[in-house]
Amino acid sequence: MEPLLVTKTYALPPVNLSEVWRYAGVTTPDDALSALLEECLLEAEPQLAPKVCYGEFPFSCEGDNLCFGFATVASADLKQALQGCQKVILFGATIGIGMDRLIAKYGSLSPTKALLFQALGAERIEALCDCFCKEFALSRRFSPGYGDLPLSFQKDLFRVLDCSRKIGLTLNDSLLMSPSKSVTAIAGTTDEGCVTSPCDRCNKKDCSFRRNL
Amino acid sequence: MKVTDYLKDHTLYLDGGTGTLLQAAGLAPGELPERWNLTHPEVVTKIHRDYFDAGSNVVSANTFGANLLKYDREELEQIIQAAMENVKLARSQSSAPQEKWVALDIGPTGRMLAPYGDFDFEDAVKVFAETVRLAVKYGAEILFIQTMNDSYETKAALLAAKENSNLPVFVGNAYGEDGKLMTGASPAAMVAMLEGMGADAIGINCSLGPKALSKVTEEYLAYASVPVLLKPNAGLPKVVDGKTVYDVLPEEFAEDVATLIQKGVRIAGGCCGTTPDYIKALTARSKNIPPLPVTKKEITCVSSYTHAVVFGEKPILIGERINPTGKKRFKEALREKDMDYLLKEGIAQQEKGVHILDVNVGLPEIDEVAMLTDAVCGLQAIIDLPLQIDTSDPVAMEAALRRCNGKPMINSVSGKRESMDAIFPLAKKYGGLVVALTLDENGIPATAEGRLTIAKKILTVAESYGIEKKNLIFDPLALTISADKTAGKETLAAVRLIREELGCHTSLGVSNVSFGLPQREIVNSTFFALAMEQGLSAAIMNPYSLEMQKAYAAFCAISGLDENCTDYIEFVQTLPQPVAVTPVAAETTNQSENGSSLNQAIVKGLKEQAAQHTKELLKTVPPLEIIQKEIIPALDVVGMGFEKKTVYLPQLLMSAEAAKSAFEQIKGAMTGETSATKCAFVLATVKGDIHDIGKNIVKLLLENYGFMVYDLGKDVEPAAIVEKTKELHAPLVGLSALMTTTVPAMEETIRLLRKEAPWCKVVVGGAVLTQEYADAIGADKYAKDAMEAVRFAEKIQCDFMKM
Repeated sequence: MEPLLVTKTYALPPVNLSEVWRYAGVTTPDDALSALLEECLLEAEPQLAPKVCYGEFPFSCEGDNLCFGFATVASADLKQALQGCQKVILFGATIGIGMDRLIAKYGSLSPTKALLFQALGAERIEALCDCFCKEFALSRRFSPGYGDLPLSFQKDLFRVLDCSRKIGLTLNDSLLMSPSKSVTAIAGTTDEGCVTSPCDRCNKKDCSFRRNL
Repeated sequence: MKVTDYLKDHTLYLDGGTGTLLQAAGLAPGELPERWNLTHPEVVTKIHRDYFDAGSNVVSANTFGANLLKYDREELEQIIQAAMENVKLARSQSSAPQEKWVALDIGPTGRMLAPYGDFDFEDAVKVFAETVRLAVKYGAEILFIQTMNDSYETKAALLAAKENSNLPVFVGNAYGEDGKLMTGASPAAMVAMLEGMGADAIGINCSLGPKALSKVTEEYLAYASVPVLLKPNAGLPKVVDGKTVYDVLPEEFAEDVATLIQKGVRIAGGCCGTTPDYIKALTARSKNIPPLPVTKKEITCVSSYTHAVVFGEKPILIGERINPTGKKRFKEALREKDMDYLLKEGIAQQEKGVHILDVNVGLPEIDEVAMLTDAVCGLQAIIDLPLQIDTSDPVAMEAALRRCNGKPMINSVSGKRESMDAIFPLAKKYGGLVVALTLDENGIPATAEGRLTIAKKILTVAESYGIEKKNLIFDPLALTISADKTAGKETLAAVRLIREELGCHTSLGVSNVSFGLPQREIVNSTFFALAMEQGLSAAIMNPYSLEMQKAYAAFCAISGLDENCTDYIEFVQTLPQPVAVTPVAAETTNQSENGSSLNQAIVKGLKEQAAQHTKELLKTVPPLEIIQKEIIPALDVVGMGFEKKTVYLPQLLMSAEAAKSAFEQIKGAMTGETSATKCAFVLATVKGDIHDIGKNIVKLLLENYGFMVYDLGKDVEPAAIVEKTKELHAPLVGLSALMTTTVPAMEETIRLLRKEAPWCKVVVGGAVLTQEYADAIGADKYAKDAMEAVRFAEKIQCDFMKM
């Protein structure tokens, strides 16, 4: 059967400010910073265009090789993440080019604001992915570049998901995505849904974003 | 028969989806469908034939992704040759009676154009051009650019089509549920740009079903003067019994599309999920609907990559501040290629409510072609206003028009033959609203009638170049009343004459009128109001002038152009409240107190206050002393706080911005001299990397510490970094990379620097970098944050001074 590729959009939940501050490297914002973020929120809101495209794919394992029909990839970490899952959902998600425009606009005008838009964009794209994964009760999402899953797997994902056409998400030769506030990932469908923390399998122990386990 | 002739009296039917049918025939997920022209010609041909049999007049070859990014040159030629053979064979096999044409399908490249991707506009043109040349070679009769979801890429494809063929070009764009392209363009904006460039038919394809696209379609019908095409999906996909089906069935599809044919759609077919059954139902349902005539819309408009600005409703404000004439600081910025300065002028004018930005960067000693192109690209990266490209150099004009992402104003042409022969061909090719000055070889006529005569002459010549009246806007030229007392009256009369006699729009640079007089704003604003009353459509003006803004707000309210006076009331609320001059400000000239105020403003990150205090200080304290005794100590306090983790990065940046605004004041005061005191620092985000927020932070801090920073931007070739380093004999180079995939480009840059500029020290930073990485690629220094880069630079500076 050909994969069904579907495009969706979501009404995002309210901004989780403490997440934004975490991405901005701030633990306790003062009034001036809070006021600045407030300005950024107002300016960013109309620029957001959240979109997701996804498809469901069968998968099977041969050793550490995972076969998805359209491609085969070797990754022990992904295999571990998909343990107990019968099917996988591949998705691409983006909040659109608007946030990139804001970051570029303030790049020289006010790098402080650019930094806050950057943090806000990170929070918004994660929120979008959360909305999507919640709706489909997915196991934790796993992206190219996580653990031992090669970043070059992006190329396969983009080809099969038709991201540029479906949601305007593109990949360059260096495997960077535009719009930048975007995620592609693989997640398994399970009966239980997501339980594990995204940090437990990651080898980057000195990461400042590492969640305390 | 030519398809464009057939279209005059007929509705033209296109084909439907191909991808869905190929998948049903066994095309695997992720497999490239264009290869099937070679491997499964009989399958492809059958699909095409079924469409002809179902009643399609035009069937597109299976070439959606046939371009040089996906195939090498040799395979591309094989594919296009086979694809055209397949579709022509299908035509000859079909016995259906309708007129038939074969088209070449051109889809998007899947790459994002710069500045938000790393795909250069001209490279995109080249990629499309090759496909177009092969289409011509193998007998395509129509070029069908489809499913484009970015305005800039659409422009690149259309330009390639026009430059490499004489074939009719149809353009279909993919709109989302918000009624816009993925990168933000509205239908009106796309109509303005595509029609201006000479597309033969334009419209909508893909993404949604016909009902969901009806609003976008109606907007096309309201603006377009060329036939509108519609190629919707069969609704949205879903899975039923393990099969993908679309939720709009042929009968409903035909009914919905027929409704839009009745409203004026002249070219109809289907996209994803549609099959020959849909086309059969559509042709059966709509064949008796008489095609509505395609009417010329007398709409004068320009556009950006998001929206169109229409002339003739409210007068349009064109911001004049991006122009070096009479501005020392601006000239300096141009000489230093300080694009940030120019962009700030653009943003500030947008905040003052202008609708269009005039862009003039003409200065005798600079390369205007390169500068104007950079200015246009820089502005349209961050500001969504249409541009008015203002240059007397036709070469610079063409370079800027090519890169402009929208339909710009072209400033300007005059009644001189030479001027018209230079500018009109550019306007015809690239599209644009041409500003026509009513002067000719004999100068500016003194009377309104004289100027009207020139306007008529310009209209006639424009017509001979195929440029319609609606794409001309006349500037009847404001002359100086202090030199000729009738000058103001004649210009006002000319505005009315041109409007009434020719039905054309007008634009004026109003401020000339007051030249040589005191308190010019008084005269300018009154003249502006009088001109608007005469029917002026647009003014090139200084949006920072409060008097001009007052005249505009009041005029719109008085003339019934401001519902409930909402805009007027809003405007008044922004006016500065009359307050008595605060004695506090006067007292702050007390030196010690003042000094600590600037210091405090920077430590607290208060931009405006830092600028204000600096302005005051400059009256009594030498600039260098302000830097040494106020700004640097404040930066050190914050910098050390950051290093000790008592100050967060955003706070460090707020202080840095405040310091920068203080430096701007100092720079303004010492124009001519340079305020930077330290060595040159070349800074870049490496090739392949398009994220520059970290680099921008480093730049800001380095500038604060007095380094001469040469920011080469992002996605920079190693050779360009080396070249700049050699040119400046720069002792310091900073490189930034975000991803592991771009670190090799960093390594390559360092290798080249070692060879060609062995004297320089290289500091690297970025998300994925570590000390180990930096050592492995041979950097002199890994800076984990911007402060560390500054500290390193200070150290090198010290050594440099000792040399």
